[in-house]
Amino acid sequence: MTELASSVAPPNPALSERLKFYGIWIAVALLLLVLPKIFGSGGALTTFSLIGISIIFSLSYNILLGQTGLLSFGHAVYYGLGGFLVIHAINIIGANKLPIPLPVVPLVGGLTGLFFAALLGWVSTQRSGTAFAMISLGVAELIASSALILRTFFGGEAGISANRTKLFRLFDWSFGPQIQIYYLVAAWTLLAIIAMYALTRTPLGRMCNAVRDNPERVQFVGYDPHVIRYLAFCFAGFFAGVAGALAAINFEIANSAYLGAVQSGTVLFSTYIGGVGYFIGPIVGAIFVTALSLSLSDLTSVWQLYFGLFFIAVVTFAPGGITGLLMMHRPLLRGGTLGKVLPSYLIALIPTLALVAGLILAIESIVHHTVNPGDDPNIKAFGMSFNASSPITWIIALFLIVGGFVVARETWRRLARAWDDALTVAHERGYHA
Amino acid sequence: MTAPAIEIKDVQKSFGNISIIRDLNLSVAQGERHALIGPNGAGKSTTFNLISGYIKPTSGTVTLRGEEISGLPPYQINRRGLSRSFQVTNVFANMSVWENLRCAVLWTDGHHYSFWKNIDNLKQVRDRTAQVLSDIGLTARRDVPAGLLTYAEQRALEIGITIAGGADVILLDEPTAGMSHAETERAVSLIRRLTEGRTLVIVEHDMSVVFGLADRISVLVYGHIIATGTPEQIRSDPKVKEAYLGEEAA
Repeated sequence: MTELASSVAPPNPALSERLKFYGIWIAVALLLLVLPKIFGSGGALTTFSLIGISIIFSLSYNILLGQTGLLSFGHAVYYGLGGFLVIHAINIIGANKLPIPLPVVPLVGGLTGLFFAALLGWVSTQRSGTAFAMISLGVAELIASSALILRTFFGGEAGISANRTKLFRLFDWSFGPQIQIYYLVAAWTLLAIIAMYALTRTPLGRMCNAVRDNPERVQFVGYDPHVIRYLAFCFAGFFAGVAGALAAINFEIANSAYLGAVQSGTVLFSTYIGGVGYFIGPIVGAIFVTALSLSLSDLTSVWQLYFGLFFIAVVTFAPGGITGLLMMHRPLLRGGTLGKVLPSYLIALIPTLALVAGLILAIESIVHHTVNPGDDPNIKAFGMSFNASSPITWIIALFLIVGGFVVARETWRRLARAWDDALTVAHERGYHA
Repeated sequence: MTAPAIEIKDVQKSFGNISIIRDLNLSVAQGERHALIGPNGAGKSTTFNLISGYIKPTSGTVTLRGEEISGLPPYQINRRGLSRSFQVTNVFANMSVWENLRCAVLWTDGHHYSFWKNIDNLKQVRDRTAQVLSDIGLTARRDVPAGLLTYAEQRALEIGITIAGGADVILLDEPTAGMSHAETERAVSLIRRLTEGRTLVIVEHDMSVVFGLADRISVLVYGHIIATGTPEQIRSDPKVKEAYLGEEAA
C-alpha cells in the first residue's frame, strides 16, 4: 500500500521546493521589516498599516467567498465589533493598570469576532447562496443600526475613543509613534496570513472547497455542509475581528462606520478585484484597492465612481480578478510564447488609454456641472487642468471616447487572436497551467 | 442469521397528492448484489433517495443492518456505512481527481472537521486515496480538475468517491448509463472488483449488466415492487414479462 502511494500519490515536495516555500515567507518577513527604512514618512507608514489591516480583512472574507462559496454582504459586522471591543478593552486595561501589553490586545478583537460569528452564524450558514447573502445583509443592518441606538456602548455618531499609549509597556514601546504601530500591524498581518494559509491545507480547509463546489455530494461522504460552513464562518469572524482591532488601535477610535455597509462592500471589492480563486488574490486586492483609494481620493472628488466602474469592468471582463488575469499568462510564460502577445498588448494599450482619458474628461466635466454648477469651470483632475464649460473639451472627450472605442475594439480583436495562437502553441508544448 | 444489510418496510412517499412510492418492501442480505430494475419513472432513483436519506419517507421504515436510518440526514447514514453514487455525475468539479477522492476518505479515516492537521501529512489518507485512484484506473489523470474529465472517466470517479470511504453497503445509480459497449464492460468489471465482499444495490437499464452482475433482482413498477428473485426467476416471471421485459422486447 505504501509502495503504491509512493508511485501513485502526488510526490511530497522536494527539499529544494520546501526551502523555496519557507524562503518566500522569510522574504516577506524581511520585506516587512525593512519597508519603513525605504519609505519612512508618516504618510507611507499609515498607508502600509492600512494595507496590512485590509490584507487580513480581505483574506478573512475570502475564507467565506473564495474557499467556501459564501457571499456575505455583512462581513464588517465582525470587523467592527472587534474594533469596538478593543477600544473598550484598552480603556479598561488602562484604567485598571492591568499588566496586558498592546501587542496582545488584537486577540480581544479576534475573540470578539469569533464569539459573534459563532452566535450569529449558526442560522445564516444553514444555506449558502441567496439565503445566506440575504441573512448576512439583514444581520449587518441590525448591528449597524444598533450601533447608533445603543449609545453607551457604541458612542453614537461620534463613536468611542481610547489612548493606546497608556498600557503596560514591553521593551519601552509606547506605541505612540506610527512606526511602532506599523510593526505591530506587520507582525499580526504576517501571523494572520500564515494561519489562514495553513487553514487551507487542513482537512477542514479542503472540505470548505468541497462544500463550495458541491454541497450536496459532501453529505454523501459523511460531512454536514452546515457544520463546515459554520466553522468557516467562525474562522472568518475571528480574523475579521483581528483586522478590526488593528484598525481601532491604528485610529484610536471606533465608530459605526466600522460595521456599516460601506465597509462590508469595500472588503467584497478588494477580495473580488484581487481574485477569489487564489490564496494570494485578496492580498493583491487589498494592496491595490487601499493604495488606489488613498491616491485616487487625492486626484478626484468622485473617486468612488471610478472605483465602481473599475469593479464592473473586473466582474465583466476578468472574473478571476487581477490574480486570475496574471495566472492566465502562466502557460504562455512557461511555454515561451508570451512574446507573441506582448506587441498586441502594446498596440491595444494606446487606443484603450485614449478611451479611458475621454471617459475621465467627460465624467469630470459632467460632475462639475451637476455638483458645482456655479463654480469656476477651470477644473483640475488627475493633475490636468481644463475648462469644463468649453465646447473644445466636450469635442475632445467625445472624439476620444468614440474614436478610442472604434480603434480599441479592433486592437482587442487582434489581441484575442494573438492570444489564442500563443495559447495553442503553449498547449502543444505541454503547458496547460 | 444476521440482520439484512438493507430492509425497507411498508415505505410510502408522496409529493402532495401524488404517491411516488407505495407499499415498498425490500430486503437485501449482507454481501448480496441486488439489482433494481423497472421502466422509466418507476421510482428507482426515488428509492435510492429514500434509502440514502436524500428524501424522507412519508411513512414506513428503512433499516441498515437492523438499525433504523429513515429520517436521518444523508451524512449520518453515510457515517453508518452506506454510500451511494448518482445517476447524473455529481463530483467536485473544480477540484482535482486526487482531491475528490481524498475528500471521500477523510471522514472514515477519523479526521472529521479537524483544522489543526496538515492534510498532506496524513499518511493513511494518502495511502487509501492512492489505492482508490489506482483501483479506478485514473492514475494518469490524478491532477486534472474533475470537471475536465471525459464522461467515462467522470463515471469512474463517481464510483471511486462512492467506495473510497470504505462503506460496506454501496448503492450505484445507473453507473453505466451513456457508456459505449467497451466502456460498460470495463465499468462492470470495475464494479465487480470494488464491491467484492460488500453489499451492492444497483439501478441499471442495461439488462446484460443486470443479469451478469446481480445475485437477485427486484422489479419496480409505478413505485411498487412486483417481483423479487434470482435472475432466472425474474426472466421467467409472467408479471415481469408483461410489465417490463415484454414491453422492452416488443
